[in-house]
Amino acid sequence: MIELTDFLILGAILFTISMAGIFLNRKNVLILLMAIELMLLAVNINFVAFSHYMGDISGQIFVFFILTVAAAEAAIGLAILVLLFRNRHTINVDDLDELRG
Amino acid sequence: MTTTLFYLFSAILIFAALRVVTAKSAVHAAIFLILAFFTTSALWLLLEAEFLAITLVLVYVGAVMVLFLFVVMMLDVNHAALREGFTRYFPAGALVAATIVFEMSLVVGGRYFSSDKFTLTSSHGADYSNTKALGEELYTVHLFEFEVAAAILLIAIVAAIGLTFRRRSESESRKQSIPDQHSVVRRDRVRLLDVASEERKFSLEKQSEETKS
Repeated sequence: MIELTDFLILGAILFTISMAGIFLNRKNVLILLMAIELMLLAVNINFVAFSHYMGDISGQIFVFFILTVAAAEAAIGLAILVLLFRNRHTINVDDLDELRG
Repeated sequence: MTTTLFYLFSAILIFAALRVVTAKSAVHAAIFLILAFFTTSALWLLLEAEFLAITLVLVYVGAVMVLFLFVVMMLDVNHAALREGFTRYFPAGALVAATIVFEMSLVVGGRYFSSDKFTLTSSHGADYSNTKALGEELYTVHLFEFEVAAAILLIAIVAAIGLTFRRRSESESRKQSIPDQHSVVRRDRVRLLDVASEERKFSLEKQSEETKS
């Protein structure tokens, strides 16, 4: 029988893979956005697992709102990306340094 | 059976996530991200979260990932140049990731979240509707948050359109201007030229040639 801890470890592995992906692909904004989506997915797995094993549906409500906000974030992020590519002809993070950060 | 399915789907999910962050082209990354979302939806079905599983497939695989693929194919990006430094950072990144996984599994492992602490009280029967339970909670307790989520989606629509909308210049656009067409008067379109008439030189020359011969 699968336990809560199995799902939590799966979420932890998924979260860590996407965090390592942000380190490794830190030049490509597109892959960065995808890694952020994976991170949100890992958090959602934790929420759904806790909701199931504690018998409380509030966890699924949280996942519902996270999905909503993540969809909005993806839409705006990709719009900014398109705008960036149209003006600068690159999505390399190293080239986007107008603010001298 | 459930345990086997869990480990199968977990293996597919971890493989897909690894391929997302190591894929050579962004199209491959997007396709493996679709696989990851789909497998997660299967895992949520195991957790009896049927509505969210279907929502994940419909919203993420159907809308968000199509948007991602659309943008990936629209941008003409040299992905090889964006991957330089990948092999250089890979050992450090993998080491840090493995350490974090080890530390996190110490926290979320069986010691604090084992089955004797979080035991499943009762599994729902066949007549239980996850969608109905979710809807009852969402439309009563969390009604305000639901409306805030709707406002966020509206703002996202307006922001995305406002960011990418490009007003074309006057010379580039070929729009019809109804007021301009109605206020046209004759002198805008017709120009009368006062051209003086000339003699017919051609016929005279012809006649003179005939007299010479």
